[in-house]
Amino acid sequence: MEKIAIVGVGQTTYEKSKEDTFAEIVFEAATLALSDAGGDIGDIDNVVTVSNDFWDGRTISSMAVMDAAGSWDKDISTVEGDGIFGALYGMMRSLSGSFNTTLVVAHVKGSEGKMNLITNAMFDPIYQRGLGIDATSSAALQARCYMEASGAIEEDFALVSVKNHRNAINNPYSQLPMEITVEDVMKSKKIAEPLKLLDCSPISDGAAAIILTNESGLKRFKKDPVWIRGVGHCSDSYTLGYRDLANPRALKDAAYKAYKMAGIKDPMKELDAVELYDAYSYMEPLWYEGLGLAPEGKGPDLIKSGATNMNSDLPVNPSGGVISAHPVMVAGLARLIEAVLQIRSEADKRQVKGAKTALAHGINGPCGQAHGVFIVGI
Amino acid sequence: MEKKKGMELLTISSGDMFQPYRWSVGKYGSKFLLEIKENKRFIGVKCPKCGRVYVPPRKVCGRCYVAMDEFVPVSDEGEIVVCAIIEFGFVDPSTGVQRPVPYGYVFVKLDGADTALPHFLDSADPEKVKVGARVKAVFEEECKGSIMDIKHFTLI
Repeated sequence: MEKIAIVGVGQTTYEKSKEDTFAEIVFEAATLALSDAGGDIGDIDNVVTVSNDFWDGRTISSMAVMDAAGSWDKDISTVEGDGIFGALYGMMRSLSGSFNTTLVVAHVKGSEGKMNLITNAMFDPIYQRGLGIDATSSAALQARCYMEASGAIEEDFALVSVKNHRNAINNPYSQLPMEITVEDVMKSKKIAEPLKLLDCSPISDGAAAIILTNESGLKRFKKDPVWIRGVGHCSDSYTLGYRDLANPRALKDAAYKAYKMAGIKDPMKELDAVELYDAYSYMEPLWYEGLGLAPEGKGPDLIKSGATNMNSDLPVNPSGGVISAHPVMVAGLARLIEAVLQIRSEADKRQVKGAKTALAHGINGPCGQAHGVFIVGI
Repeated sequence: MEKKKGMELLTISSGDMFQPYRWSVGKYGSKFLLEIKENKRFIGVKCPKCGRVYVPPRKVCGRCYVAMDEFVPVSDEGEIVVCAIIEFGFVDPSTGVQRPVPYGYVFVKLDGADTALPHFLDSADPEKVKVGARVKAVFEEECKGSIMDIKHFTLI
């Protein structure tokens, strides 16, 4: 099969509130990715933007950033969902043969709207919205459900917050680099039991971009390629009440497909770094199980073992993860960018030594309804 | 009309559903709106590559894909390049103000600009609201730093 490489990556810093407009952060990320690749906009055959109308406060939000995304006189198409699915769509476009090279750029300014109202609006208006459910209250339901199923306690989840905020200290793009303790997390403000403030990701502003190419387009760029070795995606039911919230079966399916394509049999041994979507602390051990890094119900044991810390068996979220910066729509693409930087040995102080194979994960929909998994390597 | 037989089918109303936003205008837009507010003048930004002048100013020339940073003054007079006479009402959701109908709606290419700026025209006379007609901006007495600081354009 034709292979697809990532040849350029670019991202803005992630911040609580950026003064720049949507278009300006898109331009910043896209031009950084182009210069990183050693190419220019003329080397790009088509553009995929990633945005959401409710977050942007305008309809067809993607069209508003068309100029800034460099799509003058080019085909442009849009993904309304996490950036990992933008990467997936971009990859398919380069695989299709219609285009050799694809620029994927995602943006969000979480500071400009009201998170609770926007995420409330992702739920069904007839049966659920009026109950006030949003991203955080649904996450609390899932966290509790997972505790019941696995025996995890709140202190186990707090370890994720401690580890990832500490990792963020070495990532200049992250929003919340912090040295904190389990006690700090436990004592932080109650948000929705069992979640406290430090179990929750912040709401961020930022943009990220990648450049994908098939083998024919590779010669246009100076940068050495990082290859997509495996990819998988799967979705669970939209309605939370139809799902077993403690069993991420869509992630299991997505990961299985990605591993199979990449020829990975034992992910814990064969992966060198993992970047996963920890929007809330409890998600990390739950996604460990979905990714096959821990057996069912044993995610909490893996975080407690320390095996996913930096300089351990399999560092998870060396970037600091989503809990340290959460630009919605962008965050999955930021995971993929971090995986690429790790493979290139360009991750500076947070570099996982000798990383040759890395996994990036993104989610879409409430409580991780849909999952996308990428395996990248040299 | 004959009433349909069978069970009643329901709908659910969103009520006055409202999603509030606070959009950042950015450096380029702020410079433009503050120039109107403070000096009742227009500025644009010039592309270093193709030389086009964009009004309102913005960072990127999409055509050349370069950043622009040369701000240039443009006139408060120009010509109509697109126009329509609107016969239906529109309530501005940010102010609740409804324009009296009919009203003229124009895109004006200010002298010195290469792009057209949309705004109201103080005429709804189909004989006068025409492409090519010369117009001049009329500003509000008290300006607030918004595009509504331009009251409307007027035919000259």
